[in-house]
Amino acid sequence: MELIHFQLLAAILFSIGLYGVLARRSAVLILMSIELMLNAVNINIIGYASFGNFSNSFSAFGHVLIVFVITIAAAELALAIAILLRLYRNKSTVNVDEINILKG
Amino acid sequence: MIDSTEILFYFVAGMILFGAAGVVLSRNIVYAAVGLLFAMLGTAGLFILVFAEFLALVQVLIYGGAVVVLILFAIMLTKVEDFRTLTDNGQQVVACFLSLLVAVTLVMATLTTSIEQTILRGLGIQELGIVLFSDWAVPFEIASLVLLIALIGSVVLVKRGEDRD
Repeated sequence: MELIHFQLLAAILFSIGLYGVLARRSAVLILMSIELMLNAVNINIIGYASFGNFSNSFSAFGHVLIVFVITIAAAELALAIAILLRLYRNKSTVNVDEINILKG
Repeated sequence: MIDSTEILFYFVAGMILFGAAGVVLSRNIVYAAVGLLFAMLGTAGLFILVFAEFLALVQVLIYGGAVVVLILFAIMLTKVEDFRTLTDNGQQVVACFLSLLVAVTLVMATLTTSIEQTILRGLGIQELGIVLFSDWAVPFEIASLVLLIALIGSVVLVKRGEDRD
């Protein structure tokens, strides 16, 4: 178990999440894919914080950063789902292909 | 030489990738949510492997508990019948190409960059708490404010609609 394993896992997970964001049609699935991408970033950060040759305080910063990422991800998800429910009530769909009211 | 941490790492990595593949490939959205749960619990296992117990705990509580339940609620409150036809759009080829491109770029960048490494060092709950409430106390409080605002904002967003109906 070394840093490179974490980096490769994060890279693959990020790409899977990206595929989900690009190829999925339901907004809920896109949100889930975004969570996967955030998770990939967390895995990368924990790899560096655990194995990188940094000072102790900088290594601790990695852990703190993950706490913040998780917090903001939760806040983002709560808001996104609120918007989604609102959108569903108005347009009765969560298909992102049909939601084009901002199109000129 | 392969030791037990190595085996555990490959186990949780497989769990994460299996769950992630379930999220992006599953035809049934509830299975996708279960896949997300798998990926998140696998990540919690990864945090435990590097002795970051607090992060593992938070990961299980917030992702395994709150986020997946929230997503299941979103699935429940938006019509389920929709999702039968709502899986992939017509851009799979482009999406596949782009994500493969990103994957190859990241993997190549990882393999060609050498980073000075040390042995594994974890950060216990006590050390993390001290750092979080001394050096990072102000950002921590701001994060709680952000959470509060997001909570109020989402309640307001959803409630407005009921007044109008």
